Amino acid sequence: MPAPDHPASPARLSLAVLLISLFFAAPVAAQEAVADMADRLKACAACHGDEGRTVGDTYYPSIAGKPARYLYAQLENFRDGRRQHTVMAAMLRTLSDRYLGEIARYYAAQPHAKQPVFEGATPEQLAIGERLTVAGDASRNIPPCMDCHGEALTGVQPSIPGLRGLPTRYLDAQISAWKQGQRRAATPDCMGKIARSLTAAEITAISAWLASRPYAEDAKPADSLPGELPIDCGGVLP
Amino acid sequence: MKKRRVLVMGSAILLAFLFSIWLNQPDLDLDPIAPANLASATTEQVRAGEYLVRAGNCAGCHSASGGAPFAGGKAIETPFGAVYSSNLTPHDDTGLGRWTDADFYRAMRHGRSKDDRWLSPTFPYTSYTNLTRADSDAMFAWLRALPPVDQAQPPPTLRPPYELQIATRVWRALYFRPAKDADIAAMDRGQYLVEGLGHCAACHTARGALGGPRSANAWMGGEIIGLGWDALPLAGIVDTGDFSDLELASLLKTGVNSRQAVSGPMAEVVFHSLQHLKDDDIAAIVSYLRRLPKAEAPAAPKVPQVSADERAALRKRGAVVYGEHCADCHGDDGEGQIRKYPALAGSRLVTAASATNALRLTLDGGFPPSTDGNPFPYGMPPFSHQLSRPDIAAVLTYIRSEWGNDAPAVSVVEVERR
Repeated sequence: MPAPDHPASPARLSLAVLLISLFFAAPVAAQEAVADMADRLKACAACHGDEGRTVGDTYYPSIAGKPARYLYAQLENFRDGRRQHTVMAAMLRTLSDRYLGEIARYYAAQPHAKQPVFEGATPEQLAIGERLTVAGDASRNIPPCMDCHGEALTGVQPSIPGLRGLPTRYLDAQISAWKQGQRRAATPDCMGKIARSLTAAEITAISAWLASRPYAEDAKPADSLPGELPIDCGGVLP
Repeated sequence: MKKRRVLVMGSAILLAFLFSIWLNQPDLDLDPIAPANLASATTEQVRAGEYLVRAGNCAGCHSASGGAPFAGGKAIETPFGAVYSSNLTPHDDTGLGRWTDADFYRAMRHGRSKDDRWLSPTFPYTSYTNLTRADSDAMFAWLRALPPVDQAQPPPTLRPPYELQIATRVWRALYFRPAKDADIAAMDRGQYLVEGLGHCAACHTARGALGGPRSANAWMGGEIIGLGWDALPLAGIVDTGDFSDLELASLLKTGVNSRQAVSGPMAEVVFHSLQHLKDDDIAAIVSYLRRLPKAEAPAAPKVPQVSADERAALRKRGAVVYGEHCADCHGDDGEGQIRKYPALAGSRLVTAASATNALRLTLDGGFPPSTDGNPFPYGMPPFSHQLSRPDIAAVLTYIRSEWGNDAPAVSVVEVERR
């Protein structure tokens, strides 16, 4: 049996082919991959782990295997001040769009992290979290998370991120940042609209429920949305 | 009694009169500015202007992060409060829409706005005063071609009395002499770029208590006030090995050379400005830097002293930390890897009198700029949350005193102050 991280394993190869072919459709220019990316990006590994995988009790999100267009948009947002993080902004300040594209492409091609499930959620939180995630709340114009983030909540290519395999603290902080206007996406900013409709307790419950669900090792972003987008999103490319 | 009062009043008036003459002296011998040329700009002018605007790195201050390019609004922190950059787009009400090329040249050359206000010296007219009219007109032509953006310049938040026009007036009397046409004409290309458009002195000449350049320390670097970084000296760079013309040119144009990389504010200057300059201009800059006379180094900031015993203990611990966290990239002998990881042995940054830059890089990490010559640079990880403060002091003390390096130790207190 080949070692899981063997660079020439058939699964890896087909994944690479798939991603490369996806990239031809993506706005991030597809060119021959830049060699040596792990060494170039040691600065990122300090927080996001080797090949972009963080596991366990940490704030820093695992970025391996997230959709490339999503990663690219976040890098751009940090660099250009739409997302606030002092270290990220300082790191990216003098990097070109082209390099950001290469960085996004590199992390998107890495297998995602295997996360332990979060066990600190209360039954009440789990109930609220599950209800809002699966069914939403039509009376408050909150669509179910799955309508956009994929039925398995593993994200949708090329620009919608998965919600699985992320630290609960990170999820909570991000949705809260959207609610408070500290994190923004391209207008119309659908996540901002949804987050502003949620209470702080609901955001914590959703984060806890998402992090409590087991996360399949071979989970990947879905190729297409389950249906029509329930809300206008400027950050989502067709 | 009455006589005495008249005498006091009279001398006060005379003093005020002399003071105003002294304040206005620089403006009494200005070269007159030719009237505006209202003919529309040529394509060549606009194209030349784009290059010059880049060489002057106008975007460095006039484009705010995430904002419209050249629409200003970026906060420039000074010890006296913050000043916000102005809108250079041709918007009629909030930008340069109603300005003429003569207004623009007067701002560059004399530091005065269209409405006669004395401009804050955060706008480096102490350098731009060396600009030629032709270059100023070309820059103005290019700025005129930008889409107008309606964004008013936020008022400065300077502490009293620095927000007063008279304060700027006094500053100008102390530190600003508009250039003479003949002086500008006598400059070669390198001097023109370094002392004029490139406004290198804004960071590479240390400033005194009133924020004016200290001529005794000209080009010797020092603390860049408000940024938390130091500028390295530009004078006295000897033409050997690591600092040959080719290596210096590569550093300015690509952000890296065989053994060095630019970082912090200089990485931004290379990214936004220098990488776009023609090779001839880069060579002219290097040649002019060679001619800068060495001056007295500015006093290094006061830091806690480290005893010989403490230093030995820091060095010992530092060797261990270095082996675990640094040697993989920077090498067992601090030799680095060509164009990837900077050498620490013999590094001007590492051995600078002040450890500020080395400390900043160790805490925060960072990337050299992406440039055409080095599109995918190798980054330095941030160690602020990986290493304890004592370990950071230890490893900095170690790299500053190993492999022939000979710079003062870094105390734990100095690291904790950050």
